[in-house]
Amino acid sequence: MTIDTILPVLTSKDFSSDQEIRWCPGCGDYSILAQMKKVLPTLGVPPEKTVFISGIGCSSRFPYYVNTYGIHSIHGRAPGVATGLKASRPDISVWVITGDGDALSIGGNHLMHAIRRNIDLNIILFNNRIYGLTKGQYSPTSLLGQVTKSTPMGVIDNPLHPLSVAIGCEATFVARSVDVNIKHLTMVLKRAAEHRGTSFVEVYQNCNVFNDGAFDYATDRDTKAETLLELEHGKPLIFGKNRDKGIRLNGMHPEIVPLDGSIKEDDLLFHDERTTEPTLAYLLARMRYPDFPEPIGVFRAVDAPRYEELLNNQIADARRQRGPGDLQKLFNSGETWTVE
Amino acid sequence: MATYTKDPLLGDRLSSKPVHELNAATVRFCGDSGDGMQLAGTQLTNTSALAGNDIATFPDFPAEIRAPAGTKAGVSGFQIRFANTEIFTPGDQVDALVAMNPAALVTNLADLIPGGILILNSDAFNAKGLEQAGYAKNPIEDDSLSGYQLFPVDMTKLTRLAVDGLGLGVKESDRCRNFYAMGLIFWLYGRSTEPTMRYIEEKFGKNPAVAEANRRALHAGYNYGETTEAMVSRYSVNKAQLRPGLYRNITGNQALAWGLVTAAERSGCELFYGSYPITPASDILHELVRFKNFGVRTFQAEDEIAAITSAIGAAFGGALGATASSGPGIALKGEAIGLAVMTELPVLIINVQRGGPSTGLPTKTEQADLLQAMFGRNGECPLPVIAARSPADCFDVVHEAWRIATRYMTPVMLLSDGYIANGAEPWKIPDVETLPSWKVSHPIAPSNGHEFLPYERNERLSRPWAIPGTPGLMHRIGGLEKQDITGNVCYDADNHQHMVNLRASKVAGIAMDIPLQEVSGPERGRVLVLSWGGTYGACATAVQCAQANGGLVAHAHLRYLNPFPTNLGEILQLYDRVLIPELNRGQLRMLVRAEFLVDAVGLNKVQGKPFAVREVVKKIEDMLA
Repeated sequence: MTIDTILPVLTSKDFSSDQEIRWCPGCGDYSILAQMKKVLPTLGVPPEKTVFISGIGCSSRFPYYVNTYGIHSIHGRAPGVATGLKASRPDISVWVITGDGDALSIGGNHLMHAIRRNIDLNIILFNNRIYGLTKGQYSPTSLLGQVTKSTPMGVIDNPLHPLSVAIGCEATFVARSVDVNIKHLTMVLKRAAEHRGTSFVEVYQNCNVFNDGAFDYATDRDTKAETLLELEHGKPLIFGKNRDKGIRLNGMHPEIVPLDGSIKEDDLLFHDERTTEPTLAYLLARMRYPDFPEPIGVFRAVDAPRYEELLNNQIADARRQRGPGDLQKLFNSGETWTVE
Repeated sequence: MATYTKDPLLGDRLSSKPVHELNAATVRFCGDSGDGMQLAGTQLTNTSALAGNDIATFPDFPAEIRAPAGTKAGVSGFQIRFANTEIFTPGDQVDALVAMNPAALVTNLADLIPGGILILNSDAFNAKGLEQAGYAKNPIEDDSLSGYQLFPVDMTKLTRLAVDGLGLGVKESDRCRNFYAMGLIFWLYGRSTEPTMRYIEEKFGKNPAVAEANRRALHAGYNYGETTEAMVSRYSVNKAQLRPGLYRNITGNQALAWGLVTAAERSGCELFYGSYPITPASDILHELVRFKNFGVRTFQAEDEIAAITSAIGAAFGGALGATASSGPGIALKGEAIGLAVMTELPVLIINVQRGGPSTGLPTKTEQADLLQAMFGRNGECPLPVIAARSPADCFDVVHEAWRIATRYMTPVMLLSDGYIANGAEPWKIPDVETLPSWKVSHPIAPSNGHEFLPYERNERLSRPWAIPGTPGLMHRIGGLEKQDITGNVCYDADNHQHMVNLRASKVAGIAMDIPLQEVSGPERGRVLVLSWGGTYGACATAVQCAQANGGLVAHAHLRYLNPFPTNLGEILQLYDRVLIPELNRGQLRMLVRAEFLVDAVGLNKVQGKPFAVREVVKKIEDMLA
């Protein structure tokens, strides 16, 4: 008799599919895929119990490149597909891979409803602020004035901010990272996977063909210490190459203050990802470049009931109260009559 | 022949009125949306079914929940036919009409047979009510209704008197009027009040005053019939000779819901039902939420698209994924249905058709979504289409749809309609053990180390249903064209041609796995009536009439619309002419003409109403002439 309780040690290779990757050379998606393949073996979930579901767009090709179960579905609808799977198969770990167009334009409704149900999905939104697969039209996260193939005189509609949307729906887990910030992205993906409920992660992703450099401010070695602010739970909001600046609250307004001795760390805003009140997370999500350093990391991580658990609890309760279903009893219930 | 009978409600006294025996009777209650006419109709249905009659019903109500009281827009009706023989329709015309106000009278009178029984709530025939209905003069007082057996009854006043002393307000008292009307009709047709008494206890037991008021109103109406000198006769309809067995009433939507639960259990799958509320399909959801102890998972999605995509996700996980809607919702689901075709997942899509296009006539029936079912998607996107013919048939059709879906790994479109959905008929309760059973199997990893090929085919051209959680079978599917056998994304020209042909062949091959088309009537003849869906009753009855008149007429009713049964083409050649009656502008006719080059004739109507039998009979006779 063999002892088969020793779990096989999984590596990123176990999660690599044999499919040729067809993203453009230099695309930010490669890095996100690489970090995902690093994280997956550490989660204690085997490939066969993992499903990646996507919609349409460059990012949505992702499922083909991981050796798990997967569905490359239709535009914007990945949360719907994922909800049906997770609700009926709570034993399966379900990831949704989406982009700014997929999640916030055509699929905005589904995203909103998946989040408010707090169903246990990990939704990773690759935000490149452009439509890549359709070759360069503006997206709902494109910035005002941005010149694209469909806006030669500049974008005139206000952008959606993915984290603001998620927090507005009172997402229980909200985080942001950057495609090439390898360590940070790995940490955020792992935290998202570990969270029970809907995890929403925005990843700044460079489209080097249609919107190259959109996030240079967040990736440039020389400037990123000034333009990004890494959130840590329970720690004050400090940034800058010399960690000499912080964020202080002035009423409801954040302000940048120098840590020059007159202002101490204790005067700063402290991050609390676990507060049930989403206002702080929303305030942080509204800190935007170039006026503020943009926070990355976990904005919010709170516990709340999950849709699939509530659904399956109702089934268990109904069985306890009424006994398991009996078709013949059902058919014969109520008013019946016999024909001789 | 008239007889005098004992009446349980009258104690040992014989009823003072003679009873005339009838083969069948058709009664319609009509009134304001708030008058409780649907309840009156279902109670008469129930007591008639329990009396052993065959029954068919036709509820007809407006899309507005509460149109302004007393207006024609707010009239709601419920028609029931009960008979001592097998019947297939709720009747073309009514023998007895109960109208609770002038608007109900003016909108329904045309359907009352000459000399028919007309019971009016005369209290509602006041100046305001008459004006709303467009009457210049009170029809009770002039001669305009002299062609009917007119019974004006002060129902409002008499109901208030009956419930006096129970502490009810005027509004609450008036809400009992439908029980008064029921009581009167129950007396007229010798129906037992017992089932309704049980209903009152069940429904209003917690509110004793209201329960008592309804009981009193019911009995007051009943006793009015016995005591009023105006009504001189009663009628009876004896038991029908149905196949022996245990029966119950069932509506189409209820039968669909029960069929889904049963098909899931008999195939060893769990039921996941994703849906978005829409008339007239919502009652399927309302019914299924009651079955959580069967493990039924219902999901009220944010929209029609999430409803079907969630069903697709559940199907990927191994569940019986189902969704239902009506035409507008099916239009929204179109792209996702294509995904289910491409990914070759078994999903049930139910369309309870209503009048279209666009929002159309939400509460009225139509059969105008057949071509949508066949072709309403982008690309070459075939799927099996089957249709229910009656409320009870919905139960069997769901089983058949799920059998096809799992054997062929394909979404299946099941067509019902508003007429079937809300209509009721007796259902011979099956013994669960005799129902079809097949265990759906999911593959496990090949032990020989061979690679798993998600688009490898069996002899039916069906692919394996490998589900998450199974080691070694990880695979990715999606809406992009699939490479044959491997299922990998593939843009190759020849592969696309091959896969389009393959998907079509798979669906076409289902024809070998369904019963041959049956025909009732002569094997050869002058006219073949070819019908599908909810027109079954009218067409079957019309053909019986034509046959009784000596016509060489046969009837074939299609359950399978895609693919057609293999012998259909042959059958069509055996008759001089083919008549296809449809509640659309000729959609099956278009398919039949295209497929078989048969010059079929249509009988087409789009009025939000089912065919009257006489309409079909007339057309058949015209063709025979």
